[in-house]
Amino acid sequence: MPKIIVEIMPKADLLDPQGKAVLNALHRQGYGKIQNVRIGKRIEIHLNDAPSAEDLEGAREIADSFLSNGVIEDVVNIHVED
Amino acid sequence: MKIGVVTFPGTLDDRDAARAVRIAGAEVVPLWHADANLHKVDAVVLPGGFSYGDYLRCGAIAAQAPVTQAIVKAAEGGLPVLGICNGFQVLVESHLLPGGLIRNENQHFICRDQKLRVENVDTAWTNQFELNQEIIIPLKNGEGGYIADAETLKRLEGEGLVAFRYVDVNPNGSMNDIAGLRNERGNVVGLMPHPEHAVEAGFGPDKAGTMRSGIDGLKFFESVLKQVVNA
Repeated sequence: MPKIIVEIMPKADLLDPQGKAVLNALHRQGYGKIQNVRIGKRIEIHLNDAPSAEDLEGAREIADSFLSNGVIEDVVNIHVED
Repeated sequence: MKIGVVTFPGTLDDRDAARAVRIAGAEVVPLWHADANLHKVDAVVLPGGFSYGDYLRCGAIAAQAPVTQAIVKAAEGGLPVLGICNGFQVLVESHLLPGGLIRNENQHFICRDQKLRVENVDTAWTNQFELNQEIIIPLKNGEGGYIADAETLKRLEGEGLVAFRYVDVNPNGSMNDIAGLRNERGNVVGLMPHPEHAVEAGFGPDKAGTMRSGIDGLKFFESVLKQVVNA
């Protein structure tokens, strides 16, 4: 089923507590080389047919207006997968 | 005087909010998330909790609920609206108030009796306080860190839109110690701490010498009664 993938990350200058907790856990497991971990969201929007240009425009719209909050997050990628 | 108290799936503090409204002397009208009819209420309380399980972002899905869309429209026309905790998050997600709320700086859920300073008394929900009065009401949240871009913060400070500031302890890393905001018109107020949990002696925060006797939250509800009667 064709999907539009929307990827969202917390803004670079904001503390990402999930990423920080995972980084600490990885360091405890001995992965001392890892400098940082950041965790975002991947949202899959499933469609019956391959998305049109209009569908992609619509996805961009909902990505900015609803799926992300521009005060705290950035939409980093929107792409299509089969 | 009728005050609507909204229940979304996952709302927790609607019954305490309703009780606070009754103790202040108003009639409670339960408002349901799926019903866009506000039943001619004179004011609305958006209570705390975890609406829609905090899915997507705290308050984001509740901001799209039929009742919220009706409240946003009415608030733009001057209806007094108080958002408490998750209700504050709903107000921010519905763009009735600016900025955003993120996970507490220390990553812990915080539950404490919190001292606040009332920094603006020209609102529907704070007119019974004295300017710079210090109050203590409970705070309980995991995502209460207030953030906004530099320009928004400057505007909030410049236009006196900070309604409440944390005193002594900034529990969640909020910028400029901001605990609550008002809108330009003063009818919309949102804050992370919980006035509805401090309205009746025996059930509120401890005060010096007397346990659980703090009722500083009652003035929020008395303020809106005063406002609506005078309107």
